[in-house]
Amino acid sequence: MQLPPALRSRLVGAPGAAEPLPVQRDPAAGAPPFHFAARRVRFPRDHEFFEDGDVQRHLYLQDVLTQVTEAPERPRRAFPSVHLLDTHILEWHDSLFQILSERQDMYQCLVEGCTEKFKTGKDRKDHLVRRHLYPADFRFDKPKKSRGSATPVATVQVLAEALGDDGEQSGGDAMEVCSEHAAPLPERVGERRTYSHRIPSTICFGQGASRGFKSTKKRKEHR
Amino acid sequence: MWSGRQGRLRPVGCVVEELRCRRREREAALRKARREQQLVSKRLLRDDVLEEVEGGCVAKILGEAEIQQFLRLAQRGTEEKERERALVSLRRGLQHPETQQTFIWLEGSIRTLVGLLTSSQALLQLEAARCLHELSHSEQSAVAEACLPATSYLLTYLSGHSSDFIELCLYTLGNLIVESEAVRRQLLPQGIVPALAACIQSPHLTVLEALGYALSQLLQAKEAPEMIIPSVLGSTLPQHILRLLQPGPKLNLGVAVEFAWCLHYIICSQVNNALLIYHGGLSTLGLLLLDVAGAVQRTEDAGLELLACPVLRCLSNLLTEAAVEVGGGPNQLEDERVVAALFILLQFFLQKQPSLLPEGLWLLNNLTANSSSFCTSLLSMDLIEPLLQLLPVSNVVLTVLCNVAEKGPAYCQHLWPGPLLPCLMGTLASSDTEVVGQSLELLQLLFLYRPEAVEAFLQQSGLQVLEQHQEEAQLQDRVRALQKTALHR
Repeated sequence: MQLPPALRSRLVGAPGAAEPLPVQRDPAAGAPPFHFAARRVRFPRDHEFFEDGDVQRHLYLQDVLTQVTEAPERPRRAFPSVHLLDTHILEWHDSLFQILSERQDMYQCLVEGCTEKFKTGKDRKDHLVRRHLYPADFRFDKPKKSRGSATPVATVQVLAEALGDDGEQSGGDAMEVCSEHAAPLPERVGERRTYSHRIPSTICFGQGASRGFKSTKKRKEHR
Repeated sequence: MWSGRQGRLRPVGCVVEELRCRRREREAALRKARREQQLVSKRLLRDDVLEEVEGGCVAKILGEAEIQQFLRLAQRGTEEKERERALVSLRRGLQHPETQQTFIWLEGSIRTLVGLLTSSQALLQLEAARCLHELSHSEQSAVAEACLPATSYLLTYLSGHSSDFIELCLYTLGNLIVESEAVRRQLLPQGIVPALAACIQSPHLTVLEALGYALSQLLQAKEAPEMIIPSVLGSTLPQHILRLLQPGPKLNLGVAVEFAWCLHYIICSQVNNALLIYHGGLSTLGLLLLDVAGAVQRTEDAGLELLACPVLRCLSNLLTEAAVEVGGGPNQLEDERVVAALFILLQFFLQKQPSLLPEGLWLLNNLTANSSSFCTSLLSMDLIEPLLQLLPVSNVVLTVLCNVAEKGPAYCQHLWPGPLLPCLMGTLASSDTEVVGQSLELLQLLFLYRPEAVEAFLQQSGLQVLEQHQEEAQLQDRVRALQKTALHR
């Protein structure tokens, strides 16, 4: 198919169009026995017109996707959720939270976009199960256990795991306890904070820690 | 685009012909699936380096006892390395359907895996996620559905910090999404749309491509127009999708392909296309088309049709929206470079992907049907002759020519003299009634607005050509009308 040479330069030229030629229709045009009428055509989802292109798309999908990884540098941190992190910080480390929660519903729903708030962790959990179809044993909070004297933890990291419902009730569904770090976590320079004794020493906050993780995957020839 | 898509995982010793044959079979299977409205595909994410390190030795099928042992070690091993190795072994075994079956029927296996997914050790989390990913990719519904207890966690992790992990979660979710309506009925209330809307702000291309994939799976669902697309349109996703389709140096082909398909599924579902026009969809897609045409000229890249196809479809369908009728402004597509781009793509399709020619011509019809501007562009950019070269491909060429001719004498003046009439003599001689019918329509317009063409028609034995069809039921009225016009000139 031969294209006019000027076409390619038109493509990279300025936007715009030539002044349209005047339109002047005769009522006899397309009149019976003729029937032509210029009209735009739309095709719905399942129309067979789309078959070829759809098949090509799926052939593409079905090829196995591979990635190129560099020398695997193993991450040493868990993968916390920012949303959980925010919620967690608020709930665990704000003494004001404690006071306020006695007066108003402070437990925020964990699902992004859902603005419901609840008085207790249990109520929140019930909501998660009923409304958002979370599993009954979805783990979020560790119960608040006092851990003795305050441990200044410089680096903290949220673990997206939980035991039980909230601090107020223990028990409930049988759940696994993940092995906790026996050793204290290493301090991170420049991020010293102290926390109240209500925080279990194994709970950490993630911002600094996660920065340690580098994406090690590199694409070949990303076109 | 992914690396090594074409070459990396070819089984050793396979003959090229055998591969072609397999591709043809796959294609036939996909066509059949589509006709039955069962067109479903999953993606498998495998790590190249891992393959190299572990590869060579084929992973073996694991029995119950072995699986249990690996799970026990992973869960309760004392050394981190040991736990990780156990999970890696499990993951490799899970590449086999047999292992997958054994695994899911083992009591507590999924729960343990989910527990490891949410453990405090990133390596275990990653391996557990990889195990789930293998399971999610299974063709056996029972295996994929066994992953359901993990979905709420997978969604939670979409707002995490590791792009690799998020990518894995997204591909896993994408695989699960196509599994069944039951799965989607769980994912929607679990907040998958808001989770994706938050995650789409990631700067990582790998995450974006994976997200586009997962979203396209969601949008392709049968119940999507009623159950899914409205909430997608109600979120910030449309704006982000359009943002990611903005042409320019930052445009990534793999990402663009996914989101272009997402947009296609949204648009062809006809839920609320006015919203997309409002957000500048027409302009974005038009510019993207220019970009694709430019890319097509620069490289021999055969992958570009994967992007061209959905973009053409989106534009064509969007042009039918009432919102576009209101003249002027950003809601209109008035840039004649779009026509130039389209012809460059048509030429590309002719060489590389002829099956897409009808789709390209469909856009050309929708551009020219109600637009004096684009019809003028066809003439001013000398595109009638190239268009005529596509006559053997599709009748839509005749329709487009009619679109131009019906605009009146000023347009027909440019259609004759010229190559059009001789071509028409050819199509009029066709045995295909459709083709002849369209040709007669065009001829009527030409005779009406360019009476001088009649003489030329007669000189080229036009009457004899017409005579061939005067007994044909569908054609005879029109044939007679034209004979009358020609004889009473």
